[in-house]
Amino acid sequence: MDLSLIIMQLLSGVALGAVLVITALGLTIVFGMLGVVNFAHGALFMVGAYAGLYLASLTGSFWWGLLLAPVLIGAFGMLIELVLIRRLYGRSIDDPLLLTFGLSYILVEGVRIVFGSDGIPFPTPPQLIGVVDLGIGFFPRYRLFVIVLVAVVLLALWLTLEKTRVGLIVRAGARDPTIMQVLGVDIGRVWLAIFGLGVGLAALGGVLAGPMRSVNPEMGSLVLAEAFVVTVIGGLGSIVGAVVAGLMVGISISMVALFAPEMATIVMFALMAVVLLIRPQGLFGVRGRTA
Amino acid sequence: MTHPSSGEAVAKPSPGGLGRVLDQRVLLSIAVLALLPWLLPSKALAVNVLIYGVVVMGYNLLFGYTGLLSFGQAAFFGAGAYFTGIAIGRYGVPWFAAVPAAVLLSTCLAAAIGLVSTRTRGIYFSMVTLALAQLVYYVALQAASFTGGENGLRGFTVDRISLLGFQVNFLDPVNKYYVLMAFAALAMWFQSRILNSPFGAVIEAIRENEQRARACGYDVERSKLVVFMLSGAISSLGGCMLALHLSIVPLDILHYQTSGMIVMMVLLGGARSFFGPFVGAASFLILEDVISLWTPHWQIFVGAIFVLFVLFLPRGIWGTLLDAMGSGKARR
Repeated sequence: MDLSLIIMQLLSGVALGAVLVITALGLTIVFGMLGVVNFAHGALFMVGAYAGLYLASLTGSFWWGLLLAPVLIGAFGMLIELVLIRRLYGRSIDDPLLLTFGLSYILVEGVRIVFGSDGIPFPTPPQLIGVVDLGIGFFPRYRLFVIVLVAVVLLALWLTLEKTRVGLIVRAGARDPTIMQVLGVDIGRVWLAIFGLGVGLAALGGVLAGPMRSVNPEMGSLVLAEAFVVTVIGGLGSIVGAVVAGLMVGISISMVALFAPEMATIVMFALMAVVLLIRPQGLFGVRGRTA
Repeated sequence: MTHPSSGEAVAKPSPGGLGRVLDQRVLLSIAVLALLPWLLPSKALAVNVLIYGVVVMGYNLLFGYTGLLSFGQAAFFGAGAYFTGIAIGRYGVPWFAAVPAAVLLSTCLAAAIGLVSTRTRGIYFSMVTLALAQLVYYVALQAASFTGGENGLRGFTVDRISLLGFQVNFLDPVNKYYVLMAFAALAMWFQSRILNSPFGAVIEAIRENEQRARACGYDVERSKLVVFMLSGAISSLGGCMLALHLSIVPLDILHYQTSGMIVMMVLLGGARSFFGPFVGAASFLILEDVISLWTPHWQIFVGAIFVLFVLFLPRGIWGTLLDAMGSGKARR
């Protein structure tokens, strides 16, 4: 086994991890702000993939699907927060979790009714078919695009959170919502926007993953478990944690797949168990909040 | 963000009175279950209510009484079923040895998963139990030579149950129901004993106020681990019952959808009530039966009904009924 193969596999892991990062980020941002873990996150990832596929075939262009699906599904997420989750603030922390779990049933079955139970192939956009010569080997053009796009989205998110007034309100709201209300910020609107953003990120992950794995109504259940593993390893509520853990999990899966394919789905759970035994709050988590 | 505790303080009746109520609740539950095959449209449905009732009852110990929302109970339900099937089919162990062995092995699995997951709190616990249960699912999928992989476990059939010279034809649906009811009765007696014991008071104290329980000198972490194992043991007995009933073990039994179904059942019926799990299992399965008669998409209705329960009826059918009767504090 030569070095270039290992490096190529490593890059594949980064592409896989990039989708995980985007998906887990949505989960972790919503938790950090609202204290809610969205159990419908995987289902919304799946709905995002279908929406992207549908919009791409409607407009005839992958790019419209990539742009519109996260926006539309994000808006749908805001509707969910407004109509359902808002009623549960102040009740047991288990209640939003249970509600979103019920919601995932509705979403999965809804997609089955509209699109059928069988998987649908998600065509790679024509501009991104083929491979790129990286000097040491050939790498699929689409995967390279995924890595670059996720990096851009992360940078934009980071700049918004750290450098703008909106970001300041969001960060302060995560620390102490009561004080923010005292200062005259409508925290309800911030929560609404953040929930929409989280769901939009799930949908973006779904569209990006589409051409890399088959699109079917059940795809969300594995994604949910993966996103949980990533956020638990990184530390729930930590953005840096989601990025580091997402890449770590993606690379581990892809490297193990090279040497022991049958262990590939199992390795991330083992990784999580080890991290929990050493650091129950996750790599970048704050102790006392959840662990 | 701070969330107030969901439950109100629990008033404790005098020990004598409590003991009487507890003895009655097992006998009353058994009496209702004994009539079940004649109340429901089919014997198969009644057997399923019995099996899922036991699984959900074990889960209720963890979620309802201790307040730990696990999304991984399917691991123990499935483990009980797989271990029973493998013991009978592969090693030719008689049923009366296979069932206790399966429960014991499943309890060991619960100890391993509990060691990792009970170190975490709150939402973390739900996520970690879900992930670890999915790990069990993938291990069962990969270890196809033992478990049959995607096709499920086949090749073991129990057609007669014999003990101490008595023989029962297990293929007869009525016999099958009452044999399995004996298992359920045993599980109910065990659960009632746990709840009636000082340990039962400790787990409820942990639910109401974990820090205060710790301040009172209770070892909260160890109590959580023990209750996780006990809960897994009872749910795994339900798995054993399923294996004996179906003579196959489908792989889906380990999937997190099954864990979710268990959560739904306990909430529909009423968490933190003794008979609620059976009410929840019965309502879920009847709902599934009725709705799937006119549409294959029954899950969308089940999901919607569940959402409405979380929003408007968080105490479930049986729990709300008990509250309305003003006997909620006796927690029958």
